[in-house]
Amino acid sequence: MRERDEELGSQEAARAGADSARVVVVDFAAPELAGDLSDEPMVMTFPHLLVRELVAFLALSLFLVLVSLFFDAPLDAIADPTRTPNPAKAPWYFLGLQELLHYYPPVVAGVLLPGLLIIALAVIPYFQVNVERPSLWESAPLRRLGLLWLAISALSTVFCFASALPVWSIVVPLWMVGVAMSTGALPWRGGRVALWLRTRSLPFWIFLWFLVSATTLTATGFFFRGPGWAFTIPWRDGIY
Amino acid sequence: MRALTNTRVFRSVFRHGFPSSNRNRSLVVFSSFFLHFHPVKVRLRAIRFTRTFYLGGLCVACFFILTVSGIFLMFYYRPAVPHAYHDMKDLVFVVSSGTFLRNLHRFTAHMMVALALLHMAWTFLRGAYRPPREFNWVIGVGLLVVTVLLSYTGYLLPWDQLAYWAVTVGTNLVAATPLVGQKIKLLLLGGHAINDNALLRFYVLHCVVLPMVLVLGIGLHVWRVRKDGGIHLPPEVRTLAPGATEAMATTSKEAAQ
Ligand code: HEM
Repeated sequence: MRERDEELGSQEAARAGADSARVVVVDFAAPELAGDLSDEPMVMTFPHLLVRELVAFLALSLFLVLVSLFFDAPLDAIADPTRTPNPAKAPWYFLGLQELLHYYPPVVAGVLLPGLLIIALAVIPYFQVNVERPSLWESAPLRRLGLLWLAISALSTVFCFASALPVWSIVVPLWMVGVAMSTGALPWRGGRVALWLRTRSLPFWIFLWFLVSATTLTATGFFFRGPGWAFTIPWRDGIY
Repeated sequence: MRALTNTRVFRSVFRHGFPSSNRNRSLVVFSSFFLHFHPVKVRLRAIRFTRTFYLGGLCVACFFILTVSGIFLMFYYRPAVPHAYHDMKDLVFVVSSGTFLRNLHRFTAHMMVALALLHMAWTFLRGAYRPPREFNWVIGVGLLVVTVLLSYTGYLLPWDQLAYWAVTVGTNLVAATPLVGQKIKLLLLGGHAINDNALLRFYVLHCVVLPMVLVLGIGLHVWRVRKDGGIHLPPEVRTLAPGATEAMATTSKEAAQ
């Protein structure tokens, strides 16, 4: 068990308005060792955790059984290599990729971008470890702000001009994340939300960008694409 | 119940008595092959529902349901053209509860991909990807890839139009890889077109190879959760009155992530 006085801790004390109160941040570095020594409340795995796991499992099973009783999985006509359905959609988790295929040649949409995504996901925890406290904007905020928007402009250029059409599903989330991120560099104190935004780490913002872009691409592919991968309106034309 | 747990036969299997004492409750977990990946005691904060939403655990649950329903499906299915398709038709129209079996397997597969994605997102947003858990995160990314591959190889097996063309889109993407693309496609399909050979290869990957990889991966992943110090918890912020010791903390809340 380690104790350290944290920036966050002192803010907490300031809010409480009591100089005499002491604030400690208790961090369990090795909880398996510290567990019994600290006053962290412990419970027996059996029954407390195992019963919860069982309930979660039963709830999931019940849900899946009900869905399976009331809905039927699709079974189309037998496979026919001479008859291409239009549109030929992949399962939902690949529709983001298929949507990218609309903008880029297969090498980029099917190999380069998904490959980069998987590599980026795998290395995210290894770079810029723990930049949360002190915050990203602690030192040289203006220089960092400049760097940030330089990077965003470069990425926007790539995603707007390296393809036949700008990939708005990627570029717009990038800008939104950039704006939300930049609020941390402003010299105002702000409330709780501002504090929360200011203390997010760089990996958090990158992941958020991935998450929002991937969701947008997938939703577009699922709801808004019809024959010839043309744009369709689901409530007018139906879902293909 | 109590009498049953005292019989010789019960004791030969479970080695511990009725779990009414903490010693026996420990033994329930500790002396069981299946439960001993859990510690005997856990921190109360770690098992709160919103901490993990049990998303990782539910991925394991999905995998279990898929294994059981998948074995039943294997009794009715031949991986050959055109039998595969007719077996699916029989399953839906002839086999009793066949539709239910197929629905359950299919919907659970979609559920597992969705839960793995949610598990990843939530693990990240909680900050649990950070050291010392960074390698377990990498294992997780691997599990996600294998889960998607399992779902994808299973998608071809019904041999209907949906299956055929979804897999065509996919293998054409693989073929676009520079230098090795065509070779990988040939290896995957056992030919230049999606036919009998491809169906057999996807079947073997789906029913044998990938599930074995996933079982190993899940074992490693869950074992590491424990070795890395259990579920990640944010530090606690405690406000102490002047001169108080830690145990007398008046307020205690979790630090922001
Ligand atoms: C087949 C897929 C997966 C299975 C069966 C699985 C299983 C589990 C289980 C049972 C836990 C314990 C906590 C909980 O129930 O949430 C866990 C924790 C964890 N998982 Fe997964 N997981 C899978 C995929 C992933 C993915 C895709 C990632 C990330 C890319 C990931 C990263 C982690 C990390 C970092 C932890 C530790 C969390 C903590 O300490 O709080 N897992 N996983």
